Amino acid sequence: MRKIERGGSSLRQRGVVGYKPLDCELLFWLTLKSISSTSSLTSSCNRGSTGRMLTLLALTSVVILGIVPQTQAIVVYTGWERHALVGSDIRLSCSFFSWRWTSPDVSFSWSYRPDGARDSIAIFHYANGEAYVAKKSPFWDRLEFVGNPSRRDGSIVIKNLDFSDNGTFTCDAKNPPDIGGSASSVRLLVFENVPIQAGVITGAIIGAVLGLLVLIVVIYYLMRFLVARRVFSLSVSKHGKKGKGKEGSQQRQAPALSAEQAKLKAAASEKKKQESRKDKK
Amino acid sequence: MLLLLLGIIVLHIAALVLLFVSTIVSAWSVGREYTSDLWTNCSSSASGYHCETAFTGEWIQAVQAPMILSIIFSFISLFLFFCQLFTLQKGGRFFLTGVFQILASLFVMSGAIIYTVMSPTWVPQSESYGFAYILAWVAFPLALISGLIYIILRKRE
Repeated sequence: MRKIERGGSSLRQRGVVGYKPLDCELLFWLTLKSISSTSSLTSSCNRGSTGRMLTLLALTSVVILGIVPQTQAIVVYTGWERHALVGSDIRLSCSFFSWRWTSPDVSFSWSYRPDGARDSIAIFHYANGEAYVAKKSPFWDRLEFVGNPSRRDGSIVIKNLDFSDNGTFTCDAKNPPDIGGSASSVRLLVFENVPIQAGVITGAIIGAVLGLLVLIVVIYYLMRFLVARRVFSLSVSKHGKKGKGKEGSQQRQAPALSAEQAKLKAAASEKKKQESRKDKK
Repeated sequence: MLLLLLGIIVLHIAALVLLFVSTIVSAWSVGREYTSDLWTNCSSSASGYHCETAFTGEWIQAVQAPMILSIIFSFISLFLFFCQLFTLQKGGRFFLTGVFQILASLFVMSGAIIYTVMSPTWVPQSESYGFAYILAWVAFPLALISGLIYIILRKRE
């Protein structure tokens, strides 16, 4: 906590010689300097109020972002639920996010709570470059560490699953000096045969029906468009054949065209009724 | 005239609301300490009240899908009603609106029927049907009547 106060007060003094800022603050300090230099440039262009605003914004962001990383805890990520078949192997992944660099003292701890039990038992621990499997746990001969601690991966593989392995696995990772934060749990479910995931059939049925609906609408409009185009091309060809006396032909065309349009409308409404009847069925 | 319009819209919205409530609320079958619906099974045992996603397999999904589809179709029908109200010629019928509403009612019916037929396999005998299930059955004739009214109705100025 002392480190934070020193950093903050130094920033308030605005550039103390000999002060060594903490790792994140260095970056933001440099951005602040660059922004303040640009803000002085812009102040020469306009009145300088934007420059002052920019500097204020940069300063507040630096103060906030400078303080926040130090108080943020480690965040552990595992899956939410894992499904597996009896007799198969499962990889339980665990990784973490921390503002600090990965220290060589990083440690991972896995514990297991069977379904229906209240207490969890420790099954695995990795520390100081060594992996330890608990002798009394039900997994002592089936567990293998496949993680890469330097890459923040603490995954384990459990082989030859059985129905008694149903339960909750909790991964707890620590990255000194960043040791705060909560562990994360993944639930393991072992099946005889893998069930269809919830929602697959639902989604399929909904998608099929809506797709059918869209298809029907598209086909309907396509038919209308095609019939209209055929009528149009027919009338054009008729117009082309009887080239003499434009007005006379036009007069003859106009009632013919309206008759075609009436026929088209009748055909379209007929099709609509037919398709809606098919839809109902 | 305005009264008729208002009445029809109220009927439609009532059917829609019933469909929503029936699909979302967790009360298709209730027991002493166990309620379940289309999406989760909730049980309040000694260790508290906790819910988990329903694992009863493929048939529950075959009920979820028609319920959701009926909501979608009822929405589309409401939207089409307002569209047709302003674009239909005088004397025209709200055919499309009625068709979609009837389709929605058919989906609710099929969903409720599938649930009724399959419920002996996944609901223990000690449990009774909850109010959401009853609402689904009530929404079906409401939507059907609403759709039929749309088909019979003619637009007047």
